[in-house]
Amino acid sequence: MAVDRTFRICPQTGLAYHRPAEQLMKAHAVAGVVALLVGGVLALFVALTRWPAVHMLPADKFYQALTAHGIDMLIFWIIFFEMAVLYFTSSTLLRARLATPRIAWAGFALMVIGALLTNWAILRGNSSVMMTSYVPMPAEPNFYLGLILFAVGALIGCFIFLATLVIARYERTYEGSVPLVTFGALTACIIAILTIVNGAIILIPTWLWSLGYIGNIDALLYRVIWWGLGHPSQQINVSAHVAVWYAIAAIVFGAKPMSEKVSRMAFLLYILFLQLASAHHLLVDPGVSAEWKMFNTSYAMYLAVLASLIHGLTVPGSIEVAQRRKGYTKGLFEWLRKAPWGNPVFSGMFLSLVVFGFLGGISGVVMGTEQINIIIHNTIYVPGHFHATVATGTTLAFMALTYFLIPTLFRRELVMKGLAKWQPYIFGISMAVLSLFMMGAGTLGVARRHWDMAFAGNPMGFEYPTTAYLMMGLVGISAVGAVIGGAAYILITVGSILFGRKLPAGETTTQPEPVRAPVAEALEGHGGGVGVLEARGTFVLAMLLLVSFVVYYFINWKYLASVWGLS
Amino acid sequence: MSAILPPSQRLWWKEPVERIEIVWIAIAFVWCLILTFMMPYWHVFGKQNLSNEAYRTTPQAFAAKAQAVVDKWKVREVNGVPVVKPPAGADIYLVGRLWQWWPAYELKKGESYRLHLSSMDWQHGFSLQPVNINTQVLPGYEMVITVTPNKAGEYTIVCNEYCGIGHHSMLGKIYVVD
Ligand code: HEM
Ligand SMILES: [Cu+2]
Ligand SMILES: [Cu+2]
Repeated sequence: MAVDRTFRICPQTGLAYHRPAEQLMKAHAVAGVVALLVGGVLALFVALTRWPAVHMLPADKFYQALTAHGIDMLIFWIIFFEMAVLYFTSSTLLRARLATPRIAWAGFALMVIGALLTNWAILRGNSSVMMTSYVPMPAEPNFYLGLILFAVGALIGCFIFLATLVIARYERTYEGSVPLVTFGALTACIIAILTIVNGAIILIPTWLWSLGYIGNIDALLYRVIWWGLGHPSQQINVSAHVAVWYAIAAIVFGAKPMSEKVSRMAFLLYILFLQLASAHHLLVDPGVSAEWKMFNTSYAMYLAVLASLIHGLTVPGSIEVAQRRKGYTKGLFEWLRKAPWGNPVFSGMFLSLVVFGFLGGISGVVMGTEQINIIIHNTIYVPGHFHATVATGTTLAFMALTYFLIPTLFRRELVMKGLAKWQPYIFGISMAVLSLFMMGAGTLGVARRHWDMAFAGNPMGFEYPTTAYLMMGLVGISAVGAVIGGAAYILITVGSILFGRKLPAGETTTQPEPVRAPVAEALEGHGGGVGVLEARGTFVLAMLLLVSFVVYYFINWKYLASVWGLS
Repeated sequence: MSAILPPSQRLWWKEPVERIEIVWIAIAFVWCLILTFMMPYWHVFGKQNLSNEAYRTTPQAFAAKAQAVVDKWKVREVNGVPVVKPPAGADIYLVGRLWQWWPAYELKKGESYRLHLSSMDWQHGFSLQPVNINTQVLPGYEMVITVTPNKAGEYTIVCNEYCGIGHHSMLGKIYVVD
């Protein structure tokens, strides 16, 4: 069959959409939103159960809902959307045809089948094992099989992305190096391939074990390899949403990276070092030596932390530079005050950055410290942390990107623009509060994945302090806000796709112009504004982050020093 | 629009870097070094570290050791669970199983005990409240931690690794007396 080479040129943005890639992106985004919808409804049930005064679901339903919530959100929503991001950053940004669209569709089909199969297994009630499915607690075979099929589908998507990069190079659809955003997506893709290999090594034997072909799987071995999948895969999300931050800074402000070299090096550090951080989850496990824990969680990890700290400066820094060039130069923060706070593409992205950095980043490093983990492991502090990183950071970045994609990719005008303006704030702020109170309750010892902090009246139980109850109540209240924010997003996106005013599709062509570097800028030559302290405001914000980080870090050491002696 | 376009300088790796970035990278790197240093530092000077001591075991072998401790030093019962009062420095065994921590202990403040932990079945989470000390408990592995209680009182062991439908009622006790 002849290769479909039709491209549609978006009249507003000038982006060139390869037809088959366009369909695939839409399909993946829609599948992601469906997963978000299911996960969001379950989030409400889960959170209302953890709100002690409401305590909505019975125990079995709670654990079942929590298993599905974790999987539908963290795996299905995030990865479906990431596939769309991969296709966008390769085919669309490079104006290249997508490699083998038919195989890409097969990958998509596998992902859908896998997602349905796992959800079906959970729905049947015998697979309430949480997304981590720690052996030897068994789930139905289809639970694992669904995850395996989904992973294979995602792996196909990764290779399509790589093949598209190769095509773009061969067919000379761009000049020079790939854009920074594509480079970031490439980082995500490489990490994804590595983690899926880990996933295969552990989930395939576990599936065979559940079918009775393998007698026994060692609990520690499972944890070591499973977290080789589970932890680095979070770095896929980080790389992907950092790439989205850069993209949005470019789209909304015309911002260019402060220096390509630094930003690309930072992405490279992710690939080099994040692989090693699976120890994060094994810091209080038996049979793992302190030396291994420290090496894995620290040396390597802190260089990845360094990378995130770098992006934390360069993303807002590039926005500041762009804004100052437009004349917003008063004081330290005029550039920020005069930013388009009413544009959900920007506000979503910026809230994502702030919540990810201040709440998610700091708490992650603190609890990833070998000894401090003793006072945090498996408390509800842990979900508090990752609701700041992936559930707010990544999710909100993707939501913000959606508001950009609806007009350009789906060719629909946004409906309910007023609501859209508020949506990132409702979702972002509620989620930040939710995370904060989960962390607070965890500090007081409240367990994660736990149906009843009053222990169902068991006489051996104990009374958590009233502050802990209060915080779990506030978790429930902020969860309602977050679910409203999430529902608003779904309402707006689905509403726009179905009922939004149709926008003209734009011309089609089979030979789009290659992507060129912006000539004017190249001539002006301000990339390395040597010696110009243009991003002063950002630097102040970055220092604020660092100071909070240092203070909070040592508070935790101080608290640790007060507990029983352990050796 | 340029993070979504190829770099404007073809030879972007030769571009000079903004000074503000260099300063920030230097500061951040120093902080990363401090973070790295703190963990070994605490191993030497801190009082809260998990030991590397762990053994492979089986549910039968571990249960037998716990039973022996109960037989030797049991002093009373709480809700049908034996309370064991070991001498200072003793090896004591805590069994995690669906859905109970067994047995309960009475320890003396300021004394050290070698606490052995293992699971009879699925994974469990040892979570001592209200001090909030948490470790993972795995079947087939026996972890040894030397504990030194620093405050008298009644402590509750909660399970904080999800272990099935009775997870939220999996509890145990440690009493610390002056
Ligand atoms: C819509 C707003 C959301 C609310 C109100 C919410 C609330 C919660 C709550 C209360 C828990 C249970 C904590 C526990 O008992 O251990 C939880 C767990 C979890 N959530 Fe969310 N969440 C939301 C969105 C998300 C998103 C967007 C993601 C991922 C992208 C996510 C991923 C997870 C995961 C992975 C777990 C852990 C499941 C497990 O322990 O196996 N959540 N969430
Ligand atoms: Cu348990
Ligand atoms: Cu449990």
